[in-house]
Amino acid sequence: MADPSPAPRIGASLPRVDGVAKVTGRARYLDDLPAPGAWYGATVRSTVAHGVLEAIELGDGVDWTQVAVVTAEDIAAHGGHNLIHLIEDDQPALVAIGATVRHVDEAIALVAAPTRELALAAARAVRPRIRPLPPVFTVEDALAAEVRLHGEDNVFKAFLIRKGHADDAALEAALASAHQVIEGRYYTSPQEQMYIEPQAMMASWQDGRCHVVGSMQCPYYVHKAMKALLGCADDGVVITQSVTGGGFGGKEEYPSMLAAHVALLARKAGRAVKIVYDREEDIAATTKRHPAWIHHRLGVDADGELVAIDVDVIMDGGAYLTLSPVVLSRGVLHAAGPYRCPVVRIRGRVVATNHPPHGAFRGFGAPQTTFAYERQLQKLALARGEDPLALRKRLALRSGDTTATGQELTFSVGTDEVLAAIERVAGPSPEPRGTSPHGAPLRRGRGVCFYFHGAGFTGSGEQRLAGRAQVAVIAGDDAHPARFEVRSSSTDIGQGAITMFTQIAAASLEVPASAVQVIEPTTSAVPDSGPTVASRTCMVVGGVVERACRALRARLLAWAEAQPAWKGQPLVEIAAAMARAERGELAETVQYDPPPGIRWDDATYTGSAYPVFGWAACLVDVAVDLDSYEVTVLRCVQAIDVGKAINPVIVRGQIEGGTLQALGWALLENVLYKDGKVANATMTNCIVPTFADAPELETILVEVPYPYGPSGAKGVGEIPMDGPAAAVANAVEDALGCSFDALPISPEAVAGALGERTRSQP
Amino acid sequence: MKLELSVNGRVHHAEVSPWRRLLDVLREDLALTGTKEGCGEGECGACTVLLDGEPVNSCLVTASQCQGRELLTVEGLAAERDGQELLHAVQRQLVACGGAQCGICTPGIAVCAKYVVDRGALAGVSDDAARAQVRELLAGNICRCTGYQLIVEAVVAAAREVAPDAPTAPTGGGPR
Repeated sequence: MADPSPAPRIGASLPRVDGVAKVTGRARYLDDLPAPGAWYGATVRSTVAHGVLEAIELGDGVDWTQVAVVTAEDIAAHGGHNLIHLIEDDQPALVAIGATVRHVDEAIALVAAPTRELALAAARAVRPRIRPLPPVFTVEDALAAEVRLHGEDNVFKAFLIRKGHADDAALEAALASAHQVIEGRYYTSPQEQMYIEPQAMMASWQDGRCHVVGSMQCPYYVHKAMKALLGCADDGVVITQSVTGGGFGGKEEYPSMLAAHVALLARKAGRAVKIVYDREEDIAATTKRHPAWIHHRLGVDADGELVAIDVDVIMDGGAYLTLSPVVLSRGVLHAAGPYRCPVVRIRGRVVATNHPPHGAFRGFGAPQTTFAYERQLQKLALARGEDPLALRKRLALRSGDTTATGQELTFSVGTDEVLAAIERVAGPSPEPRGTSPHGAPLRRGRGVCFYFHGAGFTGSGEQRLAGRAQVAVIAGDDAHPARFEVRSSSTDIGQGAITMFTQIAAASLEVPASAVQVIEPTTSAVPDSGPTVASRTCMVVGGVVERACRALRARLLAWAEAQPAWKGQPLVEIAAAMARAERGELAETVQYDPPPGIRWDDATYTGSAYPVFGWAACLVDVAVDLDSYEVTVLRCVQAIDVGKAINPVIVRGQIEGGTLQALGWALLENVLYKDGKVANATMTNCIVPTFADAPELETILVEVPYPYGPSGAKGVGEIPMDGPAAAVANAVEDALGCSFDALPISPEAVAGALGERTRSQP
Repeated sequence: MKLELSVNGRVHHAEVSPWRRLLDVLREDLALTGTKEGCGEGECGACTVLLDGEPVNSCLVTASQCQGRELLTVEGLAAERDGQELLHAVQRQLVACGGAQCGICTPGIAVCAKYVVDRGALAGVSDDAARAQVRELLAGNICRCTGYQLIVEAVVAAAREVAPDAPTAPTGGGPR
């Protein structure tokens, strides 16, 4: 008997499919899975930032016959390759004897034992002997290249974007002709993703195949990395995502490392091995947001029109290349901001240092450059005495305009809508002066910002990925009703992919949500839909799911047309009947089809950088306590053009979560390095906002449909992270009258700025 | 030591080290994996349980501190009626309002919110004041996904369901 409930609507909030499992504690994350007989793994790490590994010694006090020990030698002994395959294969799974250690907490050896206590004791008893080399901890030292970490110049990757000028002399001429040039130098700090479930992975070997299950965003990234590491064919390794307790980019590339470690240990130990990082190890050893130094020049004519923009971005990539070139790419592609300007030069470099590798984090380079350009726009407004929102409205990109890469915007440009939404709710600015409940003098201020975020992979990335998804009919039996199975490698890391796909599939098949099941991503059962990154899951893979469902529905209806017994029956009944009548699996597999007119030139960095952009405006009111120098966010409004909110509650959750990560980055989050080691690797001192730190968040969903997204939807996951930090800095400047160009705007930074002002104005 | 403790109304016995963390007793000895470990240092609150009715971080409590006491974990929040699971109001509202995303902090938040709501701490106060109170009362539980807004709304909605009118006296403890 088919479920008589109607198909869910697009635009209505289907409750989260995995919601009940999560509120009852039944959802099983990696460390909750039954693992009878599994051993516990632990990692021996470097205490030196740069050096040569000369020996690995096993110390006393441990019965080594009870412990499996893995070093780099074990990889080659089985015909594998000691590397974590990603963009460039420069990162080893384990540092080999004689090879170079490149950062503190780099993995050198692995141990596994029947108990966690013994594994940890064994790891402590393994002593790597490292001959130190001079380390590089600053981008200045990296660029000086006296110590060479990568190539001749320590530059992992450089980009140059030119618009409207032939060479540097022409750019300088354009700036020289400007009526006014605003120049600023900005710094944004590294940031820890701080997913609440630490990295966790388990491996076992059965029939010569390696099975890996764990917390991850991208099963096929892990799959590719494991094939390279183990030197095996596609079917030599199976990767399964377990319920994942947050990612935010932090589980994009690092899980390949952890998968390599548990796989090597499991092979050596001859049994399943799991590793669950404790918080300190997770913060110390895994990737962070790239710190960035940005020099920005903005030239305007006498009427206040932009005539030239020049941006120079430097990021610290850390010890290995990982995803740094792509992060920098997104950073430079957003660096000129969503503003009309005929002449633009953007240069970017990401350099090698001896810090642990920086990597993917929500926003992926764009938050860094957005902070710089929106501070610049604020300074321009102040210099001209123009209302900050009116200035942005005057200069913003609209349909028909071209971006820095020459991409002409033709659809889904939400500029006017998001700015109007903020104007509508803004109300009066807060009272500039006041007193706190504790009697401290307060200064209040307001800041705004306007920004955009390219959705999906950069340039021709989506064509290259050619993501696929499949929808299959499961005929069912006496115990299990017939259903439609959605198969993709897109993972639900909390952002709601399962629910979103259920809703898209049910709505396009026109069946109740209960007739759809989104299966667990395991590489032996789902096609490669591309990674769960870049705000692409709903927009790109959701679109593929929608097309597969429509094709399947059409096929089922055509079959039923010729079967008098089935014509007019519920689709799931038709599907079951057709599946039984046909031999083989009844399924539709669809591949991503890029929208027409996407042209991108990687050599010149010109053309359509992204299939479409999300647009956003943010308003922040702050109070600064002049006794404690603490900044409190009184109000934060985000108006974001998402194309179409398929599930408004989930979209709100995405926006608000990203917004608070941005407010945290603006005011209190930071990762401190001392001699190359993370100095604040605990939740006690690597702080993130709590309930008590968070303001009431106001979210306005703006919908300017994207014609090639499912029901008009475009990416939403990352955009909320980009803008609020600049809005906060602009608000603090409004409150105190001094400029804040570095993050975080901590009490120390406020004290420093106020002290500076006192000294300079005797 | 021979540990005897009541978890979700059922008495358990275990032979454990007196220094064993309550979190490990629950997850490993009793196979109650709903309680999560996020930091192991009492910062994130993912391991929150009620010990004799009061919220504690189970990563900071030893087995020896639990002898003969009563515990409530996320597995004990829902009731059962006629073989059907009846979610607690905070669980229902967390799902309805979108207060659970990745879900790893959710068990701790649900337990702490149940404590807040069942005490009637939010009864009789305005919605604005209730939201502000929830932010103070749940400040020991970190969520990295939601920005907290939808959780705050869920807890206030649950409080309205449980105690729609006047404030009730604090119950003083004992899992219900």
